[in-house]
Amino acid sequence: MSSSKVIHAFYNDDEVVLDAVKKVKAANHHIEEVFCPFPVHGLDKAMGLAPTRIAITSFMYGITGLSIAIWLTYYTMIADWPQDIGGKPSFSWAENMPAFVPIMFELTVFFAAHLMVITFYMRSRIWPFKAAENPDPRTTDDHFLMEIELHDNEEELTTLLNETGAVEINVVDKH
Amino acid sequence: MSHYEAPIREPLILGHKSYHDITEDIAKPIEGKANKNWYIAFYISLSAMLWGFGCIFYTVGTGIGVWGLSKNIGWAWDITNFVWWVGIGHAGTLISAVLLLFRQKWRMAINRSAEAMTIFAVFQAGLFPIIHMGRPWNGYWVLPIPNQFGSLWVNFNSPLLWDVFAISTYLSVSLVFWWTGLLPDFAMIRDRAVKPFQKKIYSLLSFGWSGRAKDWQRFEEVSLVLAGLATPLVLSVHTIVSMDFATSINPGWHSTIFPPYFVAGAIFSGFAMVQTLLGIMRKVTNLEAYITRLHVEYMNIVIILTGGIVAVAYATEFFIAWYTGSQYEDYTYLSVGSATGPYAWAFWSLIIFNILTPQLLWIKKIRRSFIWSFLISIAINIGMWFERFDIIAIVLSKGHLPSTWWRFEPTFVDVGIFIGTIGFFFVLFLLYARTFPVIAQAEVKTILKSSGESYKKLRDDNHE
Repeated sequence: MSSSKVIHAFYNDDEVVLDAVKKVKAANHHIEEVFCPFPVHGLDKAMGLAPTRIAITSFMYGITGLSIAIWLTYYTMIADWPQDIGGKPSFSWAENMPAFVPIMFELTVFFAAHLMVITFYMRSRIWPFKAAENPDPRTTDDHFLMEIELHDNEEELTTLLNETGAVEINVVDKH
Repeated sequence: MSHYEAPIREPLILGHKSYHDITEDIAKPIEGKANKNWYIAFYISLSAMLWGFGCIFYTVGTGIGVWGLSKNIGWAWDITNFVWWVGIGHAGTLISAVLLLFRQKWRMAINRSAEAMTIFAVFQAGLFPIIHMGRPWNGYWVLPIPNQFGSLWVNFNSPLLWDVFAISTYLSVSLVFWWTGLLPDFAMIRDRAVKPFQKKIYSLLSFGWSGRAKDWQRFEEVSLVLAGLATPLVLSVHTIVSMDFATSINPGWHSTIFPPYFVAGAIFSGFAMVQTLLGIMRKVTNLEAYITRLHVEYMNIVIILTGGIVAVAYATEFFIAWYTGSQYEDYTYLSVGSATGPYAWAFWSLIIFNILTPQLLWIKKIRRSFIWSFLISIAINIGMWFERFDIIAIVLSKGHLPSTWWRFEPTFVDVGIFIGTIGFFFVLFLLYARTFPVIAQAEVKTILKSSGESYKKLRDDNHE
């Protein structure tokens, strides 16, 4: 998108910003983004964000980890180099399985946790050396920032946002 | 009224605070200069650490023979220390994961430091098995990789290998859990930083966290799922550590109650270490408004509960050893033999520090007192060390044949490495306390209006 103007409305209270989001949505404006210093419950629903599917990915990663553990214990202990270890049944994975439960559990957790966190970092675009994108440093302290795109309706929006309890309103160029 | 909490609940944040005050309070120790006490503590810890490293080099260069081990007591101080540190490393993830699932808001003031403690303690724990290998450069042999002796693999039937997987999973998952929670707080420090170098460092550490609504939605989901994964994980780690002993056929070790009893003991000692550290930290960093008497009391209640489980386990072990009527059971670590034998001092240290002292916490005045909690937590730290020492050294000191009887005496290297890990632990913790946001400020801000003292008061006045 070429250079366009956006409006930045600042709020200093989580309940106020939640109500403001609802009012702005009710007036049929599209909210580009809300930057928050801490999680506000219900904000994602009020903004109309889709629920996150990250927990589902975690489940699938866990299944992957479990399968790898099963394959690893089968291949190393039964197929490739079976040994008699304290009389444990090295000829059958199913019969030797109770001894592999800890490994299966740990690898499930390992894959589910790490791959989910990596997915989260990739999806939210956060990683080392990434530059921060919050437009104002106060949004990590005590201010909430609502960003709305302008379409020649600056006055109308300013009035609306003032009514919702914004403490500061700026119009900025966004590229 | 989205921020409501029953008036009968004590506030978790004292005084009149705003969101900005929380930012200021938590950024202050990082932005300010360290005082003299910090430097004194740091140099003492650093010297201990260097002494320990010297002992480690001596051990590796000369061989395990420099320790007080023998052919009968092949494990003693090192594995005692290993289990002790792993146990301490249990409170952090318990606080951040289990208490998150139970929606305990008081965890927010202490989870960051407890997790830091966990990670630093697991580092220390991990050192011991690696040094005990004697040839630490062959440490990679514990990994399931094909090697030069043909395709001889690691033994997945062995609890020692389960330990490798359990502890590395635990350490790495705790680390990402901790770091993910740190991102918004590093971002807060980054956005306040005035010095360019500081800004650069905290930008790097915060991974460019911006705090979008979608990021927070994912952040909360990730925290919840990680808590769900970390809860069984934390229980599995000490279960598997206990299996190192329980799957052997030594009298005193071959015991089915070991897993739950070790887990309870780990939580017991972990919370004691959190009390020890936070008792000092809340004063030094002026965070008395966030780490309150109520937090101390809640932790003490967990200590009474888990200490009670440990006491019942001890009684069971003692009774069963006596009830078997077997002479070999008469010198297990909880038996008449060990209570009166040459290790009586270790036996009674365990009973006094671990069982009797914590009972003082039944008294409300004591469990709400900072100084008493601190002293009792130190007693528990000592007691839990003796528990592991007794399990290992007393049991191994008397085998089935009198010719295998041996008294373990630690050498200065044994002691030096242990002191070294304590020093290393405190070096890491002291550096952490100066550079990391020691309280999860973003989370604390979410409970300010429901559990802050002034907000609660305001609501109560309105109701009357």
